Amino acid sequence: MLEINDLLNKLEADLKHIIVERQLTNPLMIGIRTGGVWIAEQMHRRLNINEPLGLLDISFYRDDFSQIGVNPNVKPSQLPPNIEGRDIILIDDVFYTGRTIRAALNEIFDYGRPNQVVLAVLIERNGRQIPLCPDCAGASITLNSVQRIKLTGPDPLAIHLQTIDAAA
Amino acid sequence: MADNIQLNQEGKLKHFLTIEGLNKNLLTEILDIADSFIGMNDQQVKKVPLLRGKTIVNLFFENSTRTRTTFELAAKRLSADVLSMSISTSSTSKGESLLDTIRNLEAMFVDMFVVRHGISGAAHFIAQQTAPHISVINAGDGQHAHPTQAMLDMFTIRQIKKEFSNLRVAIIGDILHSRVARSQIQALNILGAAEIRVIAPKTLLPAHVESLGVNVSHSLNSGLKDIDVIMMLRLQKERMSSALLPSESEYFKCFGLTEEKLKIARPDAIVMHPGPINRGVEIDSKVADGPQSVILKQVSNGIAIRMAIMAMAMQKQSIT
Repeated sequence: MLEINDLLNKLEADLKHIIVERQLTNPLMIGIRTGGVWIAEQMHRRLNINEPLGLLDISFYRDDFSQIGVNPNVKPSQLPPNIEGRDIILIDDVFYTGRTIRAALNEIFDYGRPNQVVLAVLIERNGRQIPLCPDCAGASITLNSVQRIKLTGPDPLAIHLQTIDAAA
Repeated sequence: MADNIQLNQEGKLKHFLTIEGLNKNLLTEILDIADSFIGMNDQQVKKVPLLRGKTIVNLFFENSTRTRTTFELAAKRLSADVLSMSISTSSTSKGESLLDTIRNLEAMFVDMFVVRHGISGAAHFIAQQTAPHISVINAGDGQHAHPTQAMLDMFTIRQIKKEFSNLRVAIIGDILHSRVARSQIQALNILGAAEIRVIAPKTLLPAHVESLGVNVSHSLNSGLKDIDVIMMLRLQKERMSSALLPSESEYFKCFGLTEEKLKIARPDAIVMHPGPINRGVEIDSKVADGPQSVILKQVSNGIAIRMAIMAMAMQKQSIT
């Protein structure tokens, strides 16, 4: 159903358009671990961005710490020391509730005050829980509440549709 | 298992009282999480919101500079509200007054106690007595344990030497009275160091020290051979008065780490010390301030390791 290359092509085209429209100058691209980094690596190459890709691990900024605790696989975020005034392209794999993006923005702002942030995701699905939405997406789809999208990668990148046990 | 009280039903950290009884996976998880907190130093705002809204009380019944301030900074970087109390233990009925203090603080809706106390087992006692939702971290109890110091030492070693399995580590000084040494030995054994060697005069070694899983040497000249990591201990001045040692100068001559003695160890050996250092007693200034010294790195790492331990102890606890 969802062909990864079609999605990446659409995302690339959308981003090229947004870079012009929003006048992003020398944009800093940041991928959210783990799936977002894989997508960001693709976009980073396709858009010929020279500056190294920023890596964001939002584990310390999640809002469900009191329910699930610290992710033992947390890795340090790698952002350039000064993002003050920068134009940022933030990339994630799936946009669902919006909570990951809330956490990511909080973390980014702890590194400095960017000029603007554009959010690009591979797939946008229904189920938003906070008032945030992506600026562009490779695809927008509607799923029921027990369905989840899982990305595997980085090589090859593949999209899987899973059904979770509703009782869990 | 000596201290299952430290773990909740799911095997997650609840209290951090001693290294004893913890497994390699848990210690490694602490080191891994601390690694990520090191990255925070690049942030303009050096804070993460993990413990926002939590209240942490540092209960220090013994003096401390480094430990108390790094615990305080760690709590603040996790966005907790933190209160540091220095309490003198002049009362003869310590058990009772300690519990009273705890009950009063509990009534102020505290979530975590960080405890330093001169009596071995004090933090353990508080963990047993306190309300079930409260976590207790041992910041040093008597001659028993100083587990966060040992973990920051392990973190510093791993940062520089990458792994433990091929390391020969020497711990030098007053092993007998040192809670730091006890915790270091336990941690190094759990993490699988190739050899732990204690180097000290006979009067400063506990009986049957070999049973802790260490080799023993009474001389720096032979003991420092092939050593990758040198962990010095502070010589407490009161040991002189109790006639365990003849004099500071004689101790320095035999067990003080000088540049010359340091050459006996491997050329890439690192020198560690938990502080405060007695320059010219257990360590020469040239070594303490020299290129092989990682003493100040240990201090910096103390913040990240304490953040990791506090965050892990405060994560989801099953309410029973």
